[in-house]
Amino acid sequence: MFKKILIANRGEIACRVIKTAKKMGILTVAVYSDADRDAKHVADADEAVSIGGTTAAESYLIGEKIIDACKQTGAQAVHPGYGFLSENATFAEQLGEAGIEFIGPGRKAIEVMGDKITSKILAEKSGVNTIPGHTEVVKDAQEAVEIGSRIGYPIMIKASAGGGGKGMRVAYNEAECRDGFERATSEAISSFGDGRIFIEKFIEEPRHIEIQIIADRHGNVVALNERECSIQRRHQKVIEEAPSPFIDDATRKAMSDQAIALAKAVDYQSAGTVELIVDGNREFYFLEMNTRLQVEHPVTEYITGLDLVELMIRVTAGEELPIKQEDVSINGWSMESRIYAESPFRNFLPSTGRLVRYEAPQESSTVRVDTGVHEGAEISMFYDPMIAKLVTWGSTRDDAIFAMQHALYQYYIRGVETNIPFVSAIMDHPRFKKGNLTTNFIAEEYPDGFSSEGLPKTDMSELIVVIASVHHRLARRAAGTSGQVRGHGRSIGSDWVIVFNREQYFVTLTGEDDGWDVQYNGEHYRITDDWKLGDPVYRGTVNGQRVYMQIEKTSHSYDVSRSGHQLNVQVLTPRVAELNELMPEKIPPDLSGFLLSPMPGLLVSLLVKPGQEVKAGEELAVIEAMKMENSMRAEQDVVIAKVLAKQGETLEVDQPILEFEPNS
Amino acid sequence: MQDIIEQLEQKRALAKLGGGLKRIEAQHQKGKLTARERIEILLDDDSFEEWDIFVEHRCTDFGMEDKAIPGDGVVTGYGTINGRLVFVYSQDFTVFGGSLSEAHAEKICKVVDQAMKVGAPVIGISDSGGARIQEGVASLGGYAEVFQRNVMASGVIPQLSLIMGPCAGGAVYSPAITDFIFMVEDSSYMFVTGPDVVKTVTHEEVTAEDLGGAATHTQKSGVADMAFENDVQALLMTRRFFNFLPSSNREGAPFRETAETQDLPEMSLDTLIPSNPNQPYDMKELITKIVDEGDFFELKPDYAKNIIVGFGRMKGSTVGFVANQPMVLAGCLDINASIKGARFVRFCDAFNIPVVTLIDVPGFMPGTSQEYGGIITHGAKLLYAYAECTVPKVTLITRKAYGGAYDVMASKHLRGDVNLAWPSAEIAVMGPKGAVEIIFREDAKDPEKLEERTEEYRSKFATPFVAGRRGYIDDVIFPHNTRKRLCRSLAMLQNKDLENPWKKHGNIPL
Repeated sequence: MFKKILIANRGEIACRVIKTAKKMGILTVAVYSDADRDAKHVADADEAVSIGGTTAAESYLIGEKIIDACKQTGAQAVHPGYGFLSENATFAEQLGEAGIEFIGPGRKAIEVMGDKITSKILAEKSGVNTIPGHTEVVKDAQEAVEIGSRIGYPIMIKASAGGGGKGMRVAYNEAECRDGFERATSEAISSFGDGRIFIEKFIEEPRHIEIQIIADRHGNVVALNERECSIQRRHQKVIEEAPSPFIDDATRKAMSDQAIALAKAVDYQSAGTVELIVDGNREFYFLEMNTRLQVEHPVTEYITGLDLVELMIRVTAGEELPIKQEDVSINGWSMESRIYAESPFRNFLPSTGRLVRYEAPQESSTVRVDTGVHEGAEISMFYDPMIAKLVTWGSTRDDAIFAMQHALYQYYIRGVETNIPFVSAIMDHPRFKKGNLTTNFIAEEYPDGFSSEGLPKTDMSELIVVIASVHHRLARRAAGTSGQVRGHGRSIGSDWVIVFNREQYFVTLTGEDDGWDVQYNGEHYRITDDWKLGDPVYRGTVNGQRVYMQIEKTSHSYDVSRSGHQLNVQVLTPRVAELNELMPEKIPPDLSGFLLSPMPGLLVSLLVKPGQEVKAGEELAVIEAMKMENSMRAEQDVVIAKVLAKQGETLEVDQPILEFEPNS
Repeated sequence: MQDIIEQLEQKRALAKLGGGLKRIEAQHQKGKLTARERIEILLDDDSFEEWDIFVEHRCTDFGMEDKAIPGDGVVTGYGTINGRLVFVYSQDFTVFGGSLSEAHAEKICKVVDQAMKVGAPVIGISDSGGARIQEGVASLGGYAEVFQRNVMASGVIPQLSLIMGPCAGGAVYSPAITDFIFMVEDSSYMFVTGPDVVKTVTHEEVTAEDLGGAATHTQKSGVADMAFENDVQALLMTRRFFNFLPSSNREGAPFRETAETQDLPEMSLDTLIPSNPNQPYDMKELITKIVDEGDFFELKPDYAKNIIVGFGRMKGSTVGFVANQPMVLAGCLDINASIKGARFVRFCDAFNIPVVTLIDVPGFMPGTSQEYGGIITHGAKLLYAYAECTVPKVTLITRKAYGGAYDVMASKHLRGDVNLAWPSAEIAVMGPKGAVEIIFREDAKDPEKLEERTEEYRSKFATPFVAGRRGYIDDVIFPHNTRKRLCRSLAMLQNKDLENPWKKHGNIPL
């Protein structure tokens, strides 16, 4: 076994690999760029080597720097994590030349599977279902049309080097096919410098389901069941689970057998994933094989009880797999949510900055948090905006979802915005709960993006009674401030009125520190908790059910967040509530007539003047944030009324930059 | 006897109606509460003891003799806020527009006098059209009587003003003398002369809101400390604020229990200072991570944002915080920031509230507008306030402490009791770049050499250790231990006893 390994990655995956290495008694070496000097993976590792640079291209993507770091520290093997150099055949080979083991498959497997066309040819040869199509490069539009009529529409026209939706076109008929071929070709040339195009059948109601395999250097290959990753936003996975709610035993076996056959065909020797696309009739087709550890591997670990990183290290060290196919079973259900630093309410704009507050849910046998950050860390624009992977387990799918919801309620992050409200909404979505998924789930359920209307309508009674008890305790504490007029202390009543969204809710509360009895809306609620005054994460029980919410005391009211809802809540005595009803509603100013800064940044240039007529799509201003220039364009034809910010000014989020003429 | 008791009941009921149901209705229509409703929210339930409910004006001119209303436009008395004694007066707009008569002024004077005797704060609620014109000079005299009391009470008991309606002309000077002014958005305004007079004299057209509304005074003039959305919020926040204040200069800062008894390290503070010395960070994060439960009551949050002032608690006791804000103007001290800081420090000093100063200041703001505006005089106010201050002074330098601004901000030389620094502190006459350009003028044309010199200067002087060697800094601390170190320093200083030489009063550069 290795004595020391180097992890050529950053963030959560680096931390996760270090964790297993430590458990195995292997010393770890981290590498870090200038931007990651204070990162968690650097602190977690036994040793850390600076590789300079800030962007990935200047740091984690440079193989020589990694190899130098290995030589410097005496690391015997490199775990590449995912992304960066994990599927770089040249790097794997260079490591081999330097006498350092690559914790991953051989160069050949990486190369073959790294190309969409060669991998597909090999898959076909190995008896793996492939999407009906044309495995050769398509010469021209005429040939594309011929193929289209042979395999039947709809068809997908795809660039060989493509990815992330670029160089992809769907055609439902001959005309669309001709047009799509031309466009995909030009996009592919401009984006990837590689104009090779191929064509395949377009799958309707598609699900993204993948088979995890693990192979050793002794010819053993074992399939570790499937993961379903259909919940994607713009080809970016958001929620993954294992097993899939759609797959029966027969399909699972067929998928696993084919995945094993393919792995054997490339002499695969590590953890790998065969990605499949599955249609509404459970017909499945090969998409690609990822020759690395996947982001979503924890869900497989939860249901199989295996440590994939440990197995990867062991097989690289030449050990035989400790398990056989018949040892692999499915224990319960696991869910993973990727927690991203982005603003779901602002069209998922990345939200970079300092994690001013960061408190992850407590880890347990049913909750796992894989993260590479800590409070005070910086979410920088240089790397992936993923803060953490929140993984839960339950004996059933419903239990796993329930555990996820509870964990999400407790996830306390301030300083950057996160997709927690969005993920919470999906977890509560009836269609998601039914398991009726396709890769178009998000596009279909949130066609106009995500807004607070997309949040689940939840029963607020728990929130109401808990807030009443919290407020009561704070009021009682305040009444104990030193300097009391003896014998004339404040008496605190038991009736409270909870106010939010201009609605009033009346409660009566009695109790002591060991618990609270609350009457609300004719029902009785018993509250117990060990909430500490001022703690922003509330954990307690209401009528024996676990309840979580985030409560921040802001001035005279509370900011309460739960399942994505963010509410400003006041707790008043009945008399104050009565007087509060007399207060006029202050409608926030209508800002639709303004151009607002979408993020804090520098106003680099202002391109319009008062009185100027602007057409929709024309550029109005450029804002620089985190070294990125963001172009602000007119959403419709407008006339500029006033300029409210100066060029060179530092803008706050939502600061007005321009005012438009009304009805212009 | 029963008859007499019934009569009393009737008289009281009548007085409590103030200007009558119609006017009360009109007050509500304007989104405002009545004088009595305001007191109900401000004070603990059932704690209000009203005085002078039967006082009436003595004016006999212009038909006023037939128009007496008991109470005469102001409700006065005392009660408790969270069980602590407070005196209040609340002007009643429904009675003669809340205008101030001689009798009305006497009622106010009575509560202020009594508050001083027993050592309890006064909260005044202004909602008044101005002087009772029918009374002429008697009304003006009334104002001056109130002003005189406000001045005598200044530094003896905390005085708070809530502006919840008009407050114009001479009336503004009573709140101006008090310690804090809170306003209500859209329904309160303060000015010396109203929009009509402004138009006549200067031909400026301006609305009352723009001239003296809550936004104007909390953002532009700095006259008011806070603004709130409506009456209820303003009153609830006043209750919250009151809990930070001592009752008088005879008492120490109040104590409130806290769950945060252990001073656990706050590891995230170790990464608060960005690696680039020119990059800002939010000083408020430091404050909220060291005060009890993150509960910080900031004052003047929208005015001179380059300095932060406000109250928090450390281990239960009130502490005044003064901090430079690197997010705004790099935390430079300018005229407004100096005045804002100085007035706050003097309040804390007057009322035995320890001052914690958090420093990241690159210096005083340069420029003609500052010099012409008198930054010398105004900057000196902050210096004077800190130098004169005898309450416990604990200072922490997080990053820059350059030039005169280093001296001014509660330095050891101004009798700072405990002066601490983070390892990132840079204490010097100026930043390395500027210093090198002066010291090594001959190298001005050689950027390479200049760079080398700058590095040399940085490593030599841009650290807390030079000051540490001289004892100007008592210790260099780990950022994550900040709360623990500050709490211990404050505990050690609990019985600090320091007196300035006797004088009638000093001559602060006004």
